[in-house]
Amino acid sequence: MSELWELFTMFFRIGAFTFGGGYAMLPIIQKEVVEVKGWSTDEEVIDYFAIGQCTPGVIAVNTATFIGYKRKGIIGGIVSTAGIILPSLIVITVITTFFKQFQHHKIVQYAFGGIRVGVVALIANTVLKMFKQVVKDWVCIAIFIAAFIFVAFTDFTPIIVVVASALLGILRGRNCIEAEGEGIE
Amino acid sequence: MIYLKLYFEFFKIGLFAIGGGLATLPFIKQLAGKYGWITQKQILDMIAISESTPGPIGVNAATFTGNITAGTLGGIVATIGVVTPSVIIILLVAHYFMKFGEARIVKSAFSGIRPAVTGLIAAVGFGVAKMSLFNIDRYNAVSKTSSIFDIKILPILDMKAVILFGVIIFLINKYERHPITYLIGSAIVGIVFKF
Repeated sequence: MSELWELFTMFFRIGAFTFGGGYAMLPIIQKEVVEVKGWSTDEEVIDYFAIGQCTPGVIAVNTATFIGYKRKGIIGGIVSTAGIILPSLIVITVITTFFKQFQHHKIVQYAFGGIRVGVVALIANTVLKMFKQVVKDWVCIAIFIAAFIFVAFTDFTPIIVVVASALLGILRGRNCIEAEGEGIE
Repeated sequence: MIYLKLYFEFFKIGLFAIGGGLATLPFIKQLAGKYGWITQKQILDMIAISESTPGPIGVNAATFTGNITAGTLGGIVATIGVVTPSVIIILLVAHYFMKFGEARIVKSAFSGIRPAVTGLIAAVGFGVAKMSLFNIDRYNAVSKTSSIFDIKILPILDMKAVILFGVIIFLINKYERHPITYLIGSAIVGIVFKF
């Protein structure tokens, strides 16, 4: 199986099972890209999300394009993008053409009631996994808590969080890298 | 020509909506006023459908608007329009990221960003939890009509949802199946137990 086809089918699956916005796809990306394929590390996936948050456009699409480019260059980026948008195109086209009242059906509402709980569980599990890997000292814990409170309880754009934490990272950069380096080397 | 217009309007949205799919909604509302492509009621339908179908919300919203305006081809054109700027920008960013990603300043920036994005994702999960595990609207409605059920322990928690949540967390840690398995499972549980 060629890698381009693998990228396409993988992002098609991810597009078909992303419910409730780009960040909800993190558990599936983490499983497919990190655990199954071994194409990226958990940290790298988080970096892509950060970049996707701060650049124009849809985060899920940005992340797909990024991973595709990393594997297979420009063609890889385009193929991955096509993969992640195709399920939306098909589903929304079918719904707007044939089932105009789709979202009012009881069975759809029940299914989504269940799916939302599933999404919460998957995100909780993935956040825990990520937390263990990226939170290395008390400053990181403080950043995590501050970011959580800021995004959960205010209406400001999360871009501020990403930019501020980047500056913080640069300011204390030496310490961080030296501390990491000591651990690894 | 409507298709060209759709493409460029959604290209602009893709270019200026920073911060994810939900950021595209205000722009689409603006379009509704400018061209009369979709009505305010259809915008509400669009948000409900975008959120209750798979796929990124921004992409769903573009497909929906394009479809309503100019049929299937309109949907395709609007969707390609909304992702074109992303693809161009990300390809450039990715190119330079791979070139300079090892630079000390970039590395230290990301050492700050990683815990922040983890917190951000936790907040997104918390937002979904507020809707599904803690049914605050339902609680308010119940407390207004005031019945004996009010005195139940933690009436604010939707117990059905909490049980499903606990079961999934248990299964994830025990079996490590693909996340899609759990999503399909929770959809079925939702239908059977009327969530």
